[in-house]
This record gives sequence, structure tokens and C-alpha cells, in this order.
Amino acid sequence: HKELNNLSLIPGVGLKQKHVGFEWGPGDILVYETNFKLQGAGSGGPGFPFVHVVRKDEDIYSPILRKLFNESHHIFVGLQNIKDDMPSKNKKPQFVSVSKNYRSVIRACMEELQQVAGIVNSGHIFSCTVSILLAIELIWNLCEVLFIDAAPAGILLLHLLDWVRLHKADVDEKVREVLQSESPTHHHAYWEVVISFVLQGRMDEARQILMKQANLQPASRPIYQLMDSLLQKMPIFNPGSTQTLTEFDVKWRHWHEECDRYLQDNSFASNRHLETICKILVGDEDTMLEHKELLGTWYHFLVSRLLFFHPTVKPSELHYYAQSSMDMFLDSRSAPEPLDSILLAAFEFDLHQVIKDCSIALNNWWFVAHLTDLLDHCKLLQSHNLHFGSNLREFLVLEYASGLFSHHSLWQLAVDYFDHCPEFGRVYLELQIERVPLETERKALKVLRICEQRQMNEQVRSICKIMAKRALSNNRLGSALSWSIRAKDAAFATLISERFLQDYCTRGSFSDLDLIDNLGPAMLLSDRLTFLGKYREFHRLYGEMRFTEAAKLLLSLMTAKIAPRSFWMTLLTDALPLLEQKEVNTYVHNAELQRPIYNCFSHGTNTVEHTAEEEV
Amino acid sequence: MFVARSIAADHKDLIHDVSYDFHGRRMATCSSDQSVKVWDKSDNGEWHCTASWKTHSGSVWRVTWAHPEFGQVLASCSFDRTAAVWEEIVGESNDKQRGLSHWIKRTTLVDSRTSVTDVKFAPKHMGLVLATCSADGVVRIYEAPDVMNLSQWSLQHEISCKLSCSCISWNPSSSRAHPPMIAVGSDDNNVTYSGKVQIYEYNENTRKYAKAETLMTVTDPVHDIAFAPNLGRSFHVLAIATKDVRIFKLIPLRRENATSSGPTKFEVQVMAQFDSHNSQVWRVSWNITSTLLASSGDDGCVRLWKANYMDNWKCTGILRGDGSPVNGSSGQGTALSAVGSAGAQSQNSVVGAASAGRYFFPHLDPPRAGSRLALLLPPPSLIEPTCETDHTHAHQPPQIRRRYTPALPTQPAEHD
Repeated sequence: HKELNNLSLIPGVGLKQKHVGFEWGPGDILVYETNFKLQGAGSGGPGFPFVHVVRKDEDIYSPILRKLFNESHHIFVGLQNIKDDMPSKNKKPQFVSVSKNYRSVIRACMEELQQVAGIVNSGHIFSCTVSILLAIELIWNLCEVLFIDAAPAGILLLHLLDWVRLHKADVDEKVREVLQSESPTHHHAYWEVVISFVLQGRMDEARQILMKQANLQPASRPIYQLMDSLLQKMPIFNPGSTQTLTEFDVKWRHWHEECDRYLQDNSFASNRHLETICKILVGDEDTMLEHKELLGTWYHFLVSRLLFFHPTVKPSELHYYAQSSMDMFLDSRSAPEPLDSILLAAFEFDLHQVIKDCSIALNNWWFVAHLTDLLDHCKLLQSHNLHFGSNLREFLVLEYASGLFSHHSLWQLAVDYFDHCPEFGRVYLELQIERVPLETERKALKVLRICEQRQMNEQVRSICKIMAKRALSNNRLGSALSWSIRAKDAAFATLISERFLQDYCTRGSFSDLDLIDNLGPAMLLSDRLTFLGKYREFHRLYGEMRFTEAAKLLLSLMTAKIAPRSFWMTLLTDALPLLEQKEVNTYVHNAELQRPIYNCFSHGTNTVEHTAEEEV
Repeated sequence: MFVARSIAADHKDLIHDVSYDFHGRRMATCSSDQSVKVWDKSDNGEWHCTASWKTHSGSVWRVTWAHPEFGQVLASCSFDRTAAVWEEIVGESNDKQRGLSHWIKRTTLVDSRTSVTDVKFAPKHMGLVLATCSADGVVRIYEAPDVMNLSQWSLQHEISCKLSCSCISWNPSSSRAHPPMIAVGSDDNNVTYSGKVQIYEYNENTRKYAKAETLMTVTDPVHDIAFAPNLGRSFHVLAIATKDVRIFKLIPLRRENATSSGPTKFEVQVMAQFDSHNSQVWRVSWNITSTLLASSGDDGCVRLWKANYMDNWKCTGILRGDGSPVNGSSGQGTALSAVGSAGAQSQNSVVGAASAGRYFFPHLDPPRAGSRLALLLPPPSLIEPTCETDHTHAHQPPQIRRRYTPALPTQPAEHD
């Protein structure tokens, strides 16, 4: 049954033939109907015409989340650069702030999405993504409280309260509605708002609302004042003060007993709402559970329960309260969902389970990769007896980066993630980057720069070679030459130089002069390329009427024997007009230089005869 | 997973192989209709057939691309006992405008006396080298010594495997520590008690391929074989499609004698074995970084396998035909997961801070109609409509074949 979860049906396949052929592609897989058993001639049947492109439904890579990927990438890179040698005491605030940065990116994305959803009114896609982000932020926030900030007893509950308030913000909407109505005290949601505030420990706000009622009912003013003073007096732990946890505990118990006394002597019996509030203040679970719809979730119930029953809860005690709160809150009909299990695992401080469950439930790697990376930086994976910690981190970061890489416009972000995976990052990057389609020279240069920065010589060579080959087959000789120079591919440079010389012979002029004139030391890559460069230099000198220099260069080209045989006649023809120049004449008649010219002539004529014979 | 688009391949018979080029921008299909088709992906993701030609006089089993360093080169193998090498040449500009390209046959490799069952280019660091295997039990290795002249191929090695060969795989490792290596699988049904996977290694001294290993535990017919990318490790990973899917680890043993010229000996370990296909497995293939292995079997399923960070393998996805006739026009892609519950999506569209993602997470049970799993469906924007219905090449007459057109100096401008 579990298999059904990841079964995908391909429409139109499996009708005539039972086999399914496939081919891996970048970010997708191709499937087609076929018959692998066939070993002879064709089936002769009708065509089986479709090839289906099947994709993973990781909609998290959709463009609307671009901001999330871009900004979390910055945070990730920043986190990698936090110095290892810093004392760990100083690091904690940094890690907490990194965690908060990640969360604020998630929040910003959610808000943007909600706005867009409102404008476009195309609700579903966006609301779906928003609910994923909400879940992610909820889990992340809890992990921040429990693992990264790791607050001790006292502060722990304050953080948990913040967590619940942040994720159960509909009270604020409701209170606005109530206050803006004609008669707030008669509004049907009036008491819901008061109780919601109490359940979240927002006593001042609860008191303000209560005052409105008290002012209208002079007769019951005393009990309203009594409630007001109970709410006002409720001790809240203040980590900034000099008060110790024990002192706070004693104070809180006094207050608790006082609330209990008023309840026992029926002080609020005349007003059932105030009595309910008082029952909540003494931590009556049944009363709280009567307001399930105000709590919304079992973890809100957990936090409210702790607030009024055990505000000095220690981290190690959390799991007991969490489990029992969940059991009490969820009735037997509704089984816990993955989100419940994940949060429960977090309350149990079972980091590994949290990461594992998130990987399964979320179907995307953004969250687990970034969270695990942060937890690993906090050295939490080791302390929780996950000795494969660094492997787990690298595994998840590699998965996330690979997913990014398969995306046509996000792939560049993945590079930094690979850079920070010490074991396999480099080889993954090598395998992935050489597959990036090089549609344009500009894109090729971009890919090339990434490879060059990392001394990925083989990839650099390969990219240049591919570009050179492509340019040549499109007859763009200049581009082919410059790419083969970059690839340091001597054989290919020779071949292209020859094509340039051939073109010169047929057309009498050179193309791509800029490139050839500025070869510089790159000219030395191959003899033929050197010849091409020098021969072009000869033309330039000749054009500038620097005949002596031109003649010297021509001579050296003849004597160095780097000219292709087929080109000698051209060289000699080029020499003829030079010989008519006066200053050249005196130079050439220098006896020492006559020999080489003669040699060249005889070779040249030999070649001509030789070629003539071949042609016959 | 979901079908993003369906391409009307328009082959007149069964498709036997589909092959992406190195960058995933082109693909080639081959069929029992004796033809090969080349498809190009446009910027908006649509696939267009840019060439279609008769390649063989029998069913074409496999088609494969050479590395783009060697240009646009394909190899095909067929029941007609031959393999062939094809090269794309830049045609006349009006052809280019019509979105057509020319492929010319550079060579026909006719050494086999039986059906050529597989053809694979060697890793590029070995040069332009091609291996074929055939039903008569011979692996042949050809080389084009001049990569600028693909019409000259020389038969460098003939390896007799004694068993009918069905598949070959080159070891992709370019490490100096690993000599060239090729694994051969046999689907021989007659010989029962012998290893059906042989591994041959090139010996620098003898300049020959010698058998390094036979996987004696694989005695059932083998239909496909695939080395994983090496990832810089000292050992090799080999996936095999036989009566089940098996993944082997081959660990080279330290040579006793440094000067010994014998082939490398291996310690062979089974890393994983999956029999979920419950029947014959026909194809295995790794993704680029070998984090996923896909297999296809007699059960009509493609299964995706993934190892976690502890090297535990799990099936992470299954693709299966639904057995229904395809809608002729296939105008719309179809969501695959949580079939039938799409209508339930609107149910949970209310998203306030209150919902806090509770509605996102699926039960571990199979999806029911109306379950919250509906929200796991990909957003409709990702289900792109298929492009093939209106594509103009689908009903064209057979295109020009093997017509050599000399390259012209005219050239298309490349956009930067």
C-alpha cells in the first residue's frame, strides 16, 4: 500500500505493449511504450507514437519562489564563512540570527505570495505554496527555539509563547473586527477574543477588552475588577531581571493558589465567562479543551497548558507534555498527520527524526538542506549522537543543489552549495556543469568562468572544444580559432589555420583580422597557427610599405620551413613584387641571403612539378 | 510526478530507444520502422522533429550520441547486422529556416554476422571510440583515428565472449588509475550455469582487452548493464538488469606485483538487489550524478531507486502506463499523482495563518478522493499543454536522406 504513494500513471501507455522504455534527461525522464522482448523484424503493427516527458512535481522550484532561493543562498554562503575558530559562546547569537534571517525570507515570500494571490485571484497555486511555506516556517521556528537558541527553563516557555502567537495570528484579525463593530461588547466573538488572548498569555490585551464590558455593567464591576487584578498580577518570568527561576516559581505558585481560591469560593459564579477564564488560569485542561477551535492545534494547547500549569518547564520535560497534549487534543478519529509527528519529534529533541520526516513529507530539499546545514554548524548533529552528521548534511545539500542545477535559470546558485560540500561537491559540480546547455557564446563564457575559477581544467578544455567544433561546423572560423586557442587544442588550431590559409588562397584576403593580428603568444600553439599569424604580419608590413621588414619576415618564413608545402608557391608569388623594390633589392642581393631564397625556389618549383604530376 | 508534455513521435512501428544528447537539448528516437528521428528542443520547451531518415534495413535497436566535442554524431545498431555512424552537417540556409537538418552516413560497420544488439561510444578521454556487441557473442571496438574524418573507422579489437551479447557499458572513469574497461551482458538462454556478466579491461602492455572478471552469481539472462559515474572513488558501481535489479561494487585489489601485466582483480560485492519487478528486468540506467537508478521490467513499471546517506536503497517512484487509449489530440498534460482527487483542491483553499500548513502534509495512506493530499498536486502552471498537436513537421513527407550538401560559407549569426 505504501507503494501507491509514489506511483504515477502515464496515460496512453500500456495499452498494446506492456513494456515501458525510459531515458534520463536533465530534470525529467522520458517514457514510451515498447516491447523489449522483440528480437527479430518489426512488429509491423501500427505506430506507438508518443514519447512522454515526465517531471518531478517539485513545484518548490517554480519561479514564484525565486526570491526564496536567491536570498537563502546569500544567507547560506554567509553562514559558511562564519569562522570556525570563534569561541562557541560567541557563535550562538550569530546562529540564532542566521536562523531568523532564513525565517524572515520565508515570511517575506509568504507575504508576497499572498498579495499576488489576492491580485491575480488565481488562489490555488499560491495558497498551496503559502501553506507549504507556513509549515516550513512553523517547524523551523520551533527548531530554532529548541535546538539553536536552546533556551533553558523559564525562557523556554516565553519562546514557545512567541512561537504560538506568531503562528496563530487570527486573533488579531478577530479583535479588529470586534472593536470596529457598533457594539463590541455585544459582538458574538467578544468572549472568543478575550479567551484567545488569555490562552496566549496576552494579559494586557485581554484586560483592555474586558474593561469595555466592566464599564457597561456597573453591577458586576467588582468581579471584573477582581479578574483584572488576577490577570495583571500574573507573574511572567523576566530573564533580564535579577530574579531567579526559583523566586519566580514561588511567586507564580502564590498567584496560582490565589486564582484557585477565588474559583473554590465561587467568586466568579455569577459570570460564566469570567469563571471559564479563571478555570483556564488555574490550568484546568478540560476547560481549555472546550475551546479547541480557539486553540486550533494541539501544540497551542500544549503551550497554554504549560503557561498555566508548569511555566518553568525544562527542555527535557517537554516531550512528556507534548505527547499527552497531542493525545488529549486529537480525538481518536483523527490520526496524527506528518506535521504532528514532525513537531512531536522536535519536542522529543529527536533531530534525526525531524529531518527524516521532513524529507519525506515535504517533497523538496530546500528546507531540510538549509536547516540541517545550520544545525550542523551549531555542532548539534554530533551532540545528538548522529555520527554520520556531516554526511547527512552533505547528502541533503547535494540533493538541494542538484535540484537547483536542473533548473534552467537557478543553476548558478547551486555552484556555491556544491563548493561547500567537501566530499562530493566538486565531482557533482563537474558532472553537472558540463551538461549545462551552451546555447550562446555568452552562456558558454559564463560556464567557463565558473570552471576556470575552480581550476576545473578538463571541463574548461571540453567546453572550449565543443564551442570550437560548433563554430567550425557553422563556418565561423574566427570564433572556432579563438575557442580552440582557449582549449589549447593544437591539432584543431592547425586545422582551422589551414582553413584560413585556404580561404586566403581562394579569396585573396583574410577574415577575422582582429583576431589574427592580436594572437600574441597564443600563436605558438601550433606551427601552422604561427605561420598564419606571421604571414598576416607580413601582409600588414607590406601594406604599410615597410618593405625591408616585410622581406625579412618573408625570408624567415621561408627558412623556418613552417609554411605548408601547398603554400610555398603563394609565398614566392608574394616575394616577386618585393624584389622590385629598391631597398629590398640591396638587402636580398646580400650573398648570405641568396641561398635560402634559392632553396625555397627549388622546393617551390619541385612542389609545383610534384603537384602537376599528381594531377596528371 | 506528472506528464509535462507528450510528443507524437510518429514512428510507424515500435520505438526501441530514445536517447538524449549530452546537454539534453536534443534527442534521437529509433524504431522497428527502420528509421531514426532527431528532435530539437526550442526555447519554450517544445520538441520539433528536425530530421527523420531510414537508417537500416531492419529494426533499429539502439541509438546513441557521441560527446559534442566530436560534433553532432550519432551511432545506431540494428537487426540488419550492422551499426552505423551518422554526422549532422550544416545544410542550406532555407533548410535551417524550415527547421530541418541533414544527417549523412559516415560509415557502416558490417563486421557482425548477426543482429547488433548494442552500441556505445567510449568515454571521451579515450578519443572517438565505439563499441558494438552482437548476438553472435562478439564485442567489437572501433576507433576513428582522425576525429575530423568520421568516414574512417578501424576495427581495433574483437572480443569473443562465447555467449550471445545483449548489452555493453563503458566504465566512465577517467582516472589514470583505471584502465579502459567495458562490461558485457549476455541474454543467452542455452547456457544455464555460467556468469552472464563479463568485464574486460585494456592492457597497456599487450594493447589488448583481457577478461578481468566474470560475475559468477549472475546466471540468468542479462538485458542491460550500466556503470555509474565514478565520482572520484577508487571502486566501480555497476547496475544489472536480469531477473531482478542488482547493483555491484567492484573494488580493484592491490596488485601483488607492481610489474605484473595481468588484468586487475576485483573484490565483488552486491550493494543492493531489488526484486520488486517480480519478473524480468529489461533496462537499467543512472542519472547524471548516480543518485538515482531507474529500471524497467516485465511488470510494465519503471521504478526509481535512491540510496540515502547511509547507503540504504529505496524505491522512490514508480511510473506505469494506465492502459487506457491515449486521447488522440493529447492537448493537455495530465497530473499523475493522487489521481482522481483533483476536484478536491478547492476544499482547502482557505489559507490563513491559522492553517499553518496542517493541510499540506499527506497521510501515509494511499490518497483518497478528497484527501488533503490533493494539495500535493503540482500547480496547473507546471502542467504545460503539449505542443505537438499543431506542430508542422508531424505530417511531412519523408525528408531528404543522406544527401551530402557541402558546407556553405553563409552562416547563421550567433546571438550572444
